[in-house]
Amino acid sequence: MTWNPAPMRLRTTPSRTASAVIIGLLLAVLLVFFVLPVIWLLLAPSKTAGQIVHDNPLSFGSFGRIGDAWRHLFSFENGAVLTWLRNSAVYALGSLVLTLLTSVPAGYALALTRFRGRKVLLAITLVTMIMPSATLVLPVFLELNKFQLIGTAWSVILPFSFYPFGVYLVYIYFATSMPRDLLAAARIDGCSEWQLFIRIALPLAKPVIGLVAFFSFVGNWNNFFLPYLVLPNSDEFPIQVGLNQLLSSTPSFNPVAGAGLDITIPELALAIIIAILPVLVLFLFSQRALVSGMLAGATKE
Amino acid sequence: MTLLDSQPVAVAAPPRHGVLPRRRGGTAGYFFVAGYTLLLLVFGVFPTGYAFYLAFTNDHGQFTGINQFTRVAQDYRFLPAFGHILVYLLLWLVVLVVLTVLTAVVLRSRLRTSVSALLRFLYYIPGALAGVASVLVWLFMLDPDVSPVSWLLRGLGMDSFAAVLSPGNLPVIFMLIAFWTGAGGWMVVMYGALNNIPDEVIEAARIDGAGPWRTAWSIQIPMIRQWITYMTILAFAAGTQLFVEPQLLQTASLGRVSPTWSPNQLAYVYAFQQGDFNGAAAISVFLLVLGLLCAGLLVWRSNMFTLDEK
Repeated sequence: MTWNPAPMRLRTTPSRTASAVIIGLLLAVLLVFFVLPVIWLLLAPSKTAGQIVHDNPLSFGSFGRIGDAWRHLFSFENGAVLTWLRNSAVYALGSLVLTLLTSVPAGYALALTRFRGRKVLLAITLVTMIMPSATLVLPVFLELNKFQLIGTAWSVILPFSFYPFGVYLVYIYFATSMPRDLLAAARIDGCSEWQLFIRIALPLAKPVIGLVAFFSFVGNWNNFFLPYLVLPNSDEFPIQVGLNQLLSSTPSFNPVAGAGLDITIPELALAIIIAILPVLVLFLFSQRALVSGMLAGATKE
Repeated sequence: MTLLDSQPVAVAAPPRHGVLPRRRGGTAGYFFVAGYTLLLLVFGVFPTGYAFYLAFTNDHGQFTGINQFTRVAQDYRFLPAFGHILVYLLLWLVVLVVLTVLTAVVLRSRLRTSVSALLRFLYYIPGALAGVASVLVWLFMLDPDVSPVSWLLRGLGMDSFAAVLSPGNLPVIFMLIAFWTGAGGWMVVMYGALNNIPDEVIEAARIDGAGPWRTAWSIQIPMIRQWITYMTILAFAAGTQLFVEPQLLQTASLGRVSPTWSPNQLAYVYAFQQGDFNGAAAISVFLLVLGLLCAGLLVWRSNMFTLDEK
């Protein structure tokens, strides 16, 4: 490129303004797109269904109205919402415990011990981790159905506990940041493999255990497909499947089924907020961890 | 970092003989992986095998070759379901790649760090609403009666919820939902990748007379190409599995949306309404193979996942 400063300077000024305008517009449109629905959702329970239709969409109604929505929501089918929330907590926390108990030792062993079949196990783990989890949902349903395990808490907790991404995160963590000399020294001092794991590896693994716990909890709390298939009864639903039930009872979406019920748009919006609250709180407080987890797939140095 | 090297790193395992003891940890490894391996066998390997078994047999357990596959493929709902997904995927992947990369470049190169960090956080928040919640929120956003952007919907000629849910709009709607919950996270990932490009490279481009757009197009984007491929394959694989979104829309629309819009929904209908587990298995085998291909592609064709420590 020949160096030709004068005409360039003339050209840059309008083109620079144009690109600033384009950039500003892009960022602003995205901002509205991402944030507006969240704000609308947070405001909706404070209004009546009528106010939502007629008032300014971003207006705030009243706190009393939130209380009404709350009462209507929790009296739906004799407190079904509470049951669903409790079920969600049981499923998500139960599988979280099993996930940690299985994935942390497995990731450790894959990274720091040698045994026959290790590479195969690692390869299968990688493939199942990258495959969308939904691919296995219907096959798992068919399997559970075959062994008549449908409709039990275990039919959700056990499949949720299988978490190859967790194993991979632990594996990467130990493979990259575990001081090998430390392990070698402890072995020479006569430490058994079990003691090595409990006394040396586990205390060092706290950050990655937190990360695995976070991803496992969020994923399982938000999961809809598997419980939708394997849990037929309303008193076994987690909140995500419960939301679907509420939706089909909301008159504005389902005038026939919803006739005479108190579940209207503000109640449904409140239910959504309650359903996402645990995950939202975790999100706000662990942004950093999340990002490092998303990058963990490939930032191995 | 290996991932941003301009040349792909040779993945051949370095010769390891004599460097490591032959069996570090003895048999303890088996003990540590036992629990996970059990779960992997029971909820990963076995269901896959069982789905294949069902897909190659009939309801009496007799081997039927590829009959189940041809039978479901001839179902009048089969091709439309895969067609819907194809249209959705094309739209979703183009929008995802273009907007995510463009926004990440802008966030990285054109803004003050604090503004950029705030925007990344705000774009990222809807990720917490993944799943059912996001679909419900978008039901409201798309219902001209309650939507805060009803003027926009009406301006586009859609005066009722039914008009919004017309079949031609569905891929756009699912794209919007997927973008809303997923794109913010990917922007953060792309931003991280851009951040790893050494300043000297950008500086050299500037000295050579490249403007910011030229730098983005010729330097930054080629250097994060691998991440773009990674995102595209993962988004493609996940997109083939679409289930929650069309299923909820079907509930909310009183049946105006087809109950077999996506292949996973079709498999669901086979299993739950027709009691045809062999047919359901055949459809899910199609989807499983798609997922396996994507995963295999990423694991063995890219050097993003090293199978072993160096």
